[in-house]
Amino acid sequence: MIDFANSEEKMNPLLPPLDEIIIGGVAFLIVFGFLWKVLLPKIAKTLADRTDAIEGGLKRAEEAQAEAQAELERYRTQLAEARREAGRLTEDAREQGAVAIAEMRAEGQRIKDEIVTAGHTQIEADRNQAQNALRQDVGKLAVGLASRIVGESLEDEARQRRVVDRFLEELEAKASAGASSEKVR
Amino acid sequence: MTADVQTLASESGCHLFSGCGFPSPGLNVFEFKPIFSIGAFDFTKPMLLALISMLLVIGFFWSAFAKPKMVPRGAQNVGELGYLFVRDNISRETIGKKGDPYVPFLFSIFFFVWVMNVMAIIPFAQFPATSRIAFPASIVGIVWVTYLVLGIKNQGFVGYFKNMMFPPGLPKAIYFLLAPIELLQGLITRPFTMAVRLFANMFAGHMLIVTFSVGAWYLLGFHIGALYSATSFIVVVVLTAFELMIQALQAYIITLLAASYISTSLEAEH
Repeated sequence: MIDFANSEEKMNPLLPPLDEIIIGGVAFLIVFGFLWKVLLPKIAKTLADRTDAIEGGLKRAEEAQAEAQAELERYRTQLAEARREAGRLTEDAREQGAVAIAEMRAEGQRIKDEIVTAGHTQIEADRNQAQNALRQDVGKLAVGLASRIVGESLEDEARQRRVVDRFLEELEAKASAGASSEKVR
Repeated sequence: MTADVQTLASESGCHLFSGCGFPSPGLNVFEFKPIFSIGAFDFTKPMLLALISMLLVIGFFWSAFAKPKMVPRGAQNVGELGYLFVRDNISRETIGKKGDPYVPFLFSIFFFVWVMNVMAIIPFAQFPATSRIAFPASIVGIVWVTYLVLGIKNQGFVGYFKNMMFPPGLPKAIYFLLAPIELLQGLITRPFTMAVRLFANMFAGHMLIVTFSVGAWYLLGFHIGALYSATSFIVVVVLTAFELMIQALQAYIITLLAASYISTSLEAEH
């Protein structure tokens, strides 16, 4: 047989030697002490912090999302309001434009009427003037003509006037008849 | 210095075809010559491995957690994974949210035991300190004190033992039988099985690996001997992979049991 270890002394593998128990126990307690008091609190805190950070991040993201949503809603409302406002303004402008056009049209009508009236008045005056001139010329011509035909002197002022007036009255009566027929037409 | 199996076997030069009997490894694989001695105190390899494991656990988690960042990098990532595993999958699963104060305790048990276990397959260490009953026993002793103190503190001395010995909802006659068994279980069986479970698993695993390692050397020879030896070596490789799983599993189980006992101390079973 070979000699494996130091001796062949009887040993009971279930009987723990005291020195090994003490060394094992102390080694374990040192491991435990270090991990318990120094190292594991650090990592536990880090893990908790990380969880906090992640959850906080999620919460912050949620808040930002909500805020963005609210902002969007606000913008939409504003946009709709602006659209309504624009519509209202367009409508107003259209109305105002229509009013202005109507006003202008009325003004134009008025000016036209004025011009027409003025024209009529002018024409009337001109006609009167022409009539007067014509009357005098016709008188002279008629008297001259009559004196020549009748051979009778009509130099006498009074007679001359009478003859002319009578003639003119006849003429006037004819002319007014003609004028009234003109107006009807 | 150590029971370095391969070296010892090679020194012996004992092989199957040289007419030598199989040098079967026994309990002596778990006995070590002291590295140094102070009076009657012998400092041995398992103690050294336990201390190295202690330094490894502290060192790693120091590098991971000493300056924790909000955005984790490198070691902190791994450390956080371990922390969350112990907190969520062991503590909160077993005790619930009120178990959070005990997470450092469970965390220490898990990683200290695991690193000691893993020492079984680390080259040059190649020995699980937990296969010496003293190391599981020391940790289980601390767990035992913890859950007794917590139980008495939370339920009162009488209340704790009453809840332990007289689980509600059973016929009265049963208690004559049950009460002593429950007391025995609460005070002795629980810690004993807890320590022995870890110890025995690591003990057996180490023994298996040693046996097949010695076998690989012993069977080494020309022709067919090379095949025998290779087979034995392959078994060693497979067992090593298997042990890697067992090491983590046993660390998990002892932590889970500690959490479960703490949980029963915090409030009586209903």
